Amino acid sequence: MAIATTATSATTAATAATATFSIWRGDAQTGQLVDYTTAVGEGMVVLDAVHNIQAEEAPDLACRWNCKAGKCGSCSAEINGVPRLLCMTRLDTLPLDKPVTIEPLKAFPLLKDLITNVNWNYEVKKRIKKFNPRPPDATDGTWRMQQKDVDRVQEFRKCIECFLCQDVCHVLREHHLHDEFIGPRYLVYAASLEMNPLDTEDRLKDLKDNHGIGFCNITKCCTTVCPEDIKITDNAIIPLKERVVDEFYDPLTKLVRLFRPRKK
Amino acid sequence: MTLTQITMKQRGFGQTMRQGAWWSKSLVVLLVLSAFVVYSTWAAFQGVHYRFGPYLSPFYSPEILGDATYSWFGAKPSWLPAWLPFTPALLILWAPGGFRFTCYYYRGAYYKAFWGDPPACAVGEPRKSYRGEHSFPLIMQNIHRFFLYVALLFLIFLAHDAWKALWFTDAAGATSFGIGVGTLVLTMNVILLGSYTLSCHSLRHLVGGRIDQLSAAPVCQKAHQCASSMNRRHGLFAWLSLFWVAFSDIYVRLCSMGIWTDWRII
Ligand code: SF4
Ligand code: SF4
Ligand code: FES
Ligand code: FES
Repeated sequence: MAIATTATSATTAATAATATFSIWRGDAQTGQLVDYTTAVGEGMVVLDAVHNIQAEEAPDLACRWNCKAGKCGSCSAEINGVPRLLCMTRLDTLPLDKPVTIEPLKAFPLLKDLITNVNWNYEVKKRIKKFNPRPPDATDGTWRMQQKDVDRVQEFRKCIECFLCQDVCHVLREHHLHDEFIGPRYLVYAASLEMNPLDTEDRLKDLKDNHGIGFCNITKCCTTVCPEDIKITDNAIIPLKERVVDEFYDPLTKLVRLFRPRKK
Repeated sequence: MTLTQITMKQRGFGQTMRQGAWWSKSLVVLLVLSAFVVYSTWAAFQGVHYRFGPYLSPFYSPEILGDATYSWFGAKPSWLPAWLPFTPALLILWAPGGFRFTCYYYRGAYYKAFWGDPPACAVGEPRKSYRGEHSFPLIMQNIHRFFLYVALLFLIFLAHDAWKALWFTDAAGATSFGIGVGTLVLTMNVILLGSYTLSCHSLRHLVGGRIDQLSAAPVCQKAHQCASSMNRRHGLFAWLSLFWVAFSDIYVRLCSMGIWTDWRII
């Protein structure tokens, strides 16, 4: 077992300290948590510890990563039960006096160790109607937009497709409604298209019937885990729900629209 | 359309690798909301001690029927059967009750705390099946904006109550301007309820969120900006206004019962 250390001693006695990591090893059929102890020091993130373990003890430990800067979205995993990026979780934010558990995402099929098959997400994206701009504003084939019109959708463009929100969302994670619900990531994507002032496509019927926006019960777990700090529930999902209400559940708005047709 | 066969096992109720007291937030929500529902139901059935001097308890406002001198349409109609429970509060509480019940913020909070859907993020759930707000009955939550319209109307009544709480009648029947602690309590009540109502997600949508090209509608753009900045604190306003509306009723009730003394400031 590990020689335990605490967050403070990790910084003061950086070189001497070690910590234990309980990492999921296995595939879709069988697997278990295996303990590895490695040296930890100031400024380290969980991904550093995983790399140490790969170098020292477990060269066959499968783990995806790319940028180590929180920008590629590859290193998603569950650290102490919470979906997080391995490269953005600093060790000094975790209690190191007991083993740190590192597990793969739970909402997608496991391939090996920390790697899951996230293809489902790319298939879902194809089902969302593409960006369909109005005719160009200028003769040179370009458009004119004001910054304040794109402020809202710019927040959504920060998404790095790490799928942590998909993983934590109980509709996918617990109930596996992958065929009926596109998940918070793709509600954000749909919102970025729906709210784009140039776009002319109407995705509201799809959102209600095929993308299952009604399955979201606004419990905000997706917002809590988003490493890009996108206010998924408040700024994307609820506004989309309100647009669906406009279209399908609000006779009063319908009546008003009869007299003032909606401009896109 | 079947995209992929994702066959994973569902975890048991409360199963998680999370550490620490992940259940604490839901427990607090459960206790506070339960306490509020129990107290407000009890208070609504009392039908007495809801008025003290110029103060009217917000649970009983507007008083449509009830007190022969103060209510809009006089006393309880005689044709109402005696066995039917009647208080002025029972006539109106469906409105603020429905507004809070269908509020996006409370929905998220009580689905977790009361239904365990999920009990906390990344924690196993008690039931296997799940329909969410996709079908009946929870699809009915979509009527939230209609409760919002009524809530906006109620704000006017409550503001009027706060105004009336500035005018005290003495023993001789003369009315004069004054401020008591109760005035401050009722004023705070309308401020907090106003903040809660004006930070509503539906309002944010209606005043501007529904428009893609906000630059073409400057008034809506400004309104949307204001609503959005208030909306960021919607959860906070939800709790503060909940506490305060219950406290306002307690204040008026205890003053009317003679247990508390209402201090006059001016
Ligand atoms: S708010 Fe909706 S989309 Fe986000 S985690 Fe909860 S149920 Fe899923
Ligand atoms: S919305 Fe946030 S959590 Fe979800 S995939 Fe994008 S960056 Fe990751
Ligand atoms: S390695 Fe790119 S986000 Fe972590
Ligand atoms: S969303 Fe909370 S009151 Fe409308």
